[in-house]
Amino acid sequence: MKFGVVVFPGSNCEMDCYHVIDKVLREEVDYVWHQETDVSRYDCLVLPGGFSYGDYLRCGAIARFSPVMEAVADYARGGGLVIGICNGFQILLEAGLLPGAMLRNTCLHFICRFVDLRVENASTPWTNAAEAGQVLRIPIAHNEGNYTVDAGTLRELQEQGRIILRYCAPDGTVSEESNPNGAMDNIAGICNEGFNVFGLMPHPERASEAVLGSTDGMVIWESVMAHYRGRG
Amino acid sequence: MAELYEELGLTEGEYRDIVRLLGREPNKVELGMYSLMWSEHCSYKSSRAVLAQLPTRASYVLQGPGENAGVIDIGGGLAVAFKMESHNHPSAVEPYQGAATGIGGIVRDIFTMGARPIACLDPLRFGDPASPRTRYLFGGVIAGIAGYGNCLGIPTVGGDIYFDPCYEENILVNVMCIGIMSKESLIRGQATGVGNAVVLLGNRTGRDGIGGASILASQEFDEKSQEKRPSVQVGDPFTEKLLIEACLELLEKKLLLGLQDLGAAGISCACSETAARGGVGMRIDLEKVPLREEMEPFEIMISESQERMLAIVEPRNLEEVLGVCGKWGLSAVVIGEVTEGDALKIYWHGEKVVDVPASTLASGPVYDRPAERPDYLDEVQSFDPSTLRHPEDLSQTLLRLAGGPNLCSRRMVWERYDHMVQLNTVVYPGSDAAVLRIKGTSKALAVSCDGNSRYVYLDPYLGTQIAVAESARNVVASGGVPMAFTNCLNFGNPEKPGIFWQFREAVRGMADAARYLELPVVSGNVSFYNESFGAAIYPTPVIGMVGLIGNAAHRMDIAFPQEGLAVALLGETLDELGGSEYLWLVHGMAAGRPPRLDLRLEKGAQTTCIEGIRRGIILSAHDCSEGGVAVALMECCCAGGVGARLEVDTELKPVSWLFSESQSRFVVTLREEGLPTLRELAKARNVQLEVLGRTGGDRLVINDWIDLEVAEMDRVREEALERIMRG
Amino acid sequence: MKVSVFVSPKQGVLDPAGQATLGSLKSLGFDEVSDVRIGKYITMRLEGVDAEQAEARVQEMCERLLANPIIEDFKVEIEG
Repeated sequence: MKFGVVVFPGSNCEMDCYHVIDKVLREEVDYVWHQETDVSRYDCLVLPGGFSYGDYLRCGAIARFSPVMEAVADYARGGGLVIGICNGFQILLEAGLLPGAMLRNTCLHFICRFVDLRVENASTPWTNAAEAGQVLRIPIAHNEGNYTVDAGTLRELQEQGRIILRYCAPDGTVSEESNPNGAMDNIAGICNEGFNVFGLMPHPERASEAVLGSTDGMVIWESVMAHYRGRG
Repeated sequence: MAELYEELGLTEGEYRDIVRLLGREPNKVELGMYSLMWSEHCSYKSSRAVLAQLPTRASYVLQGPGENAGVIDIGGGLAVAFKMESHNHPSAVEPYQGAATGIGGIVRDIFTMGARPIACLDPLRFGDPASPRTRYLFGGVIAGIAGYGNCLGIPTVGGDIYFDPCYEENILVNVMCIGIMSKESLIRGQATGVGNAVVLLGNRTGRDGIGGASILASQEFDEKSQEKRPSVQVGDPFTEKLLIEACLELLEKKLLLGLQDLGAAGISCACSETAARGGVGMRIDLEKVPLREEMEPFEIMISESQERMLAIVEPRNLEEVLGVCGKWGLSAVVIGEVTEGDALKIYWHGEKVVDVPASTLASGPVYDRPAERPDYLDEVQSFDPSTLRHPEDLSQTLLRLAGGPNLCSRRMVWERYDHMVQLNTVVYPGSDAAVLRIKGTSKALAVSCDGNSRYVYLDPYLGTQIAVAESARNVVASGGVPMAFTNCLNFGNPEKPGIFWQFREAVRGMADAARYLELPVVSGNVSFYNESFGAAIYPTPVIGMVGLIGNAAHRMDIAFPQEGLAVALLGETLDELGGSEYLWLVHGMAAGRPPRLDLRLEKGAQTTCIEGIRRGIILSAHDCSEGGVAVALMECCCAGGVGARLEVDTELKPVSWLFSESQSRFVVTLREEGLPTLRELAKARNVQLEVLGRTGGDRLVINDWIDLEVAEMDRVREEALERIMRG
Repeated sequence: MKVSVFVSPKQGVLDPAGQATLGSLKSLGFDEVSDVRIGKYITMRLEGVDAEQAEARVQEMCERLLANPIIEDFKVEIEG
């Protein structure tokens, strides 16, 4: 399986994603420069975390106009697998590939720590290696992860099983106390209607090696690899 | 001219030296450059002679002091670059930007050497936590570090925070950065090769930070109406991130001969230092510098606009260099060339405005300032803690310490920093040292910053020895062998004999400890004039220690790992409450003598601990420092979520055993069967080993002195800082 | 031509910074404040277009980049 990790100026988790794909998953991986216009050779695209263009206007607002984003949009419309992590998720929102927007965390500052996430839908390309209701321990690291969307779309997301991950307590209970950033309905990750585009605030690449304290992020990588192999 | 040089802060003697060196009177621009380059900040004129006694060599030191950062060889073709610096004054003026640009500067120092920055640590000192000013500065500094550091994708993995009224007007913001590189990538801030191009990379130049030199500006341009000049530099972490990537790519492609960041005194400093180090001259055409606004030549020379680098490039590589910069969206402009001789010549639209020997700018005067032991020492040292009445409820006293501003959890701070990015952090902040694995090897680095200034205030020589020893001890407790250190020396006005005596004694203590522990000093920074209204801060030397863990599996943290382990104390506890946190928090006193330090015992305790870790006997380790063994035990319990039941047999008063800050001690846990070996290791080094009891349960119980629920201690520790800062 | 763009959070969209500031103002005794919204104020200089063209162009800039229509409203002012 061949991954492409898209690099925007100001991305800073691209090397982390590359490391995990190359050294832990032992799959093929390339960096995809933001000015490239052909991404058809990849089986999965990763939009990594960071501060693309400094996040100066709004997170992801400038990155979405990079030449590569048109190619990413075409790729996604054609059913290609796209995962946006943290800033990558914000870019997917700004680009309209996923619905909704990000507000500042309700605590008004950056938060970097492990959180617990409940897998709400385990029959997606991104979560098929998990069981529904399984709790994953994966870090977040962001200042704007307070997901918001209009009521109608939220209902759609809920009804179509497109809310993939929700912030929860270690026992899986979803409540206000387990919501680190104020996100609507404790949403940590969502998919598009075709489930081939996945955006999430937590960083699975930071929880893919035992030495780093958790391997729960592997669930996501293993799922997408199983999905690809099953399909291919 | 007489008035001008005085206003610029030069002495008459210095002015005469300049005239002698040039063989003529300097013009105004030249004089301004000398005034900056010969300032204490750039020239180290008061400290250089004293610093010369520090040991700086070891077989593995690739670069000692004098460059942008120190570099050590860690084997396997890899090297580590690190340095600490202060950004105290800018942070007191504008805490967010001051701290942010402090990070920017130290990070540039590291990648300037060819290393990829892999971690930052920030030792911070604030005033009374109850004052609104402290809260404002604290909030701003933390936000600035987070805002800049998080954007760069360099994890902030440690540092320390102390609150003391002596920092009320003069907070300290020290920043340390550490980077890793292959040994061949090491590059220096040197200009070589006549005819090579001098290239300016990065941000455009504006009037940032010119406020400090506004006297000259007003002298020179007072006929014009000047806008109020911004003296606050504003950081642009996005450009810095691009600079890191572009410079590392340029170095990897071997396109640069020299690289230097622009910091204090901007282009003046970068050009004169690179030329002087390379023993060459330089011609600069100032009008080629890309500007953000209209500026005079002198302003361009001294502007401290951030995120700029100076590179020396062979003409045949120029096109490729500009190409790489273009790819990263960075401006790169040839502003001059390396010339024969040693003259720094600066032109403005063809007219020569500066012509001075570069080396005379880069190496200023050296002073041997008068030093005199200050009077306060007799008074504070004569205090005898045994005269005090101690509180009866020791559990409550421990809780008070746990929730006090200096000992409570710093989680609310380090959770605002991205401490995980780059996937190297394997022991998180909150332990003794941060541990960073080195990908592609079995090794890891342990890094710690320390400096208890109350000890240094009470005894500068001993206090600084303790800072070095404690920093090394923290590295050891994390499983590392200390290799080398950097420092930041924060003091008051060196022209006052009492202050200079503190400085001299502190450096002497550092040198003696470093020599005994065989730890070279590879880089450092001096910050003088940390005083307001005639009152100086406590003398505050801060140590940044780097150690190597040969096998990352041997990394340690402080947490009691499980129930049923033996809890042992390595090292001896004495009746030493002088200068302690207990004395400060409970009795409001900063007095007495700091704890003794026997370097032979210190080394013995450290080698015992490291050997116990290597042999797999020791399962957790924590250095005993502020708050004594009681606070250390509490922290081990809280970190592991495991209690302990301990019986202590001592002739000391309970309060002394619990809260004395005797040096050279570790709290360790181990399995019963490991005890004989650890006893042997300790005995061979004359180190005491006392088994205190067992881990287990959900309470920390020590004799009938302490009985507290772990959850309760944890809650108090964790909630304290947020509560204190809310006011 | 000088253009001012005011970007503010849409009514009904939570504004965490505004809420925090509201709380802070109240604690300082400014009880009369019932709502705070915090946005951005962007100024631009435009060359070579007339007022009518500018209006349309700036509208497009806002919709495409300067504001996020999902969470933000914007208002444009153009001076001579």
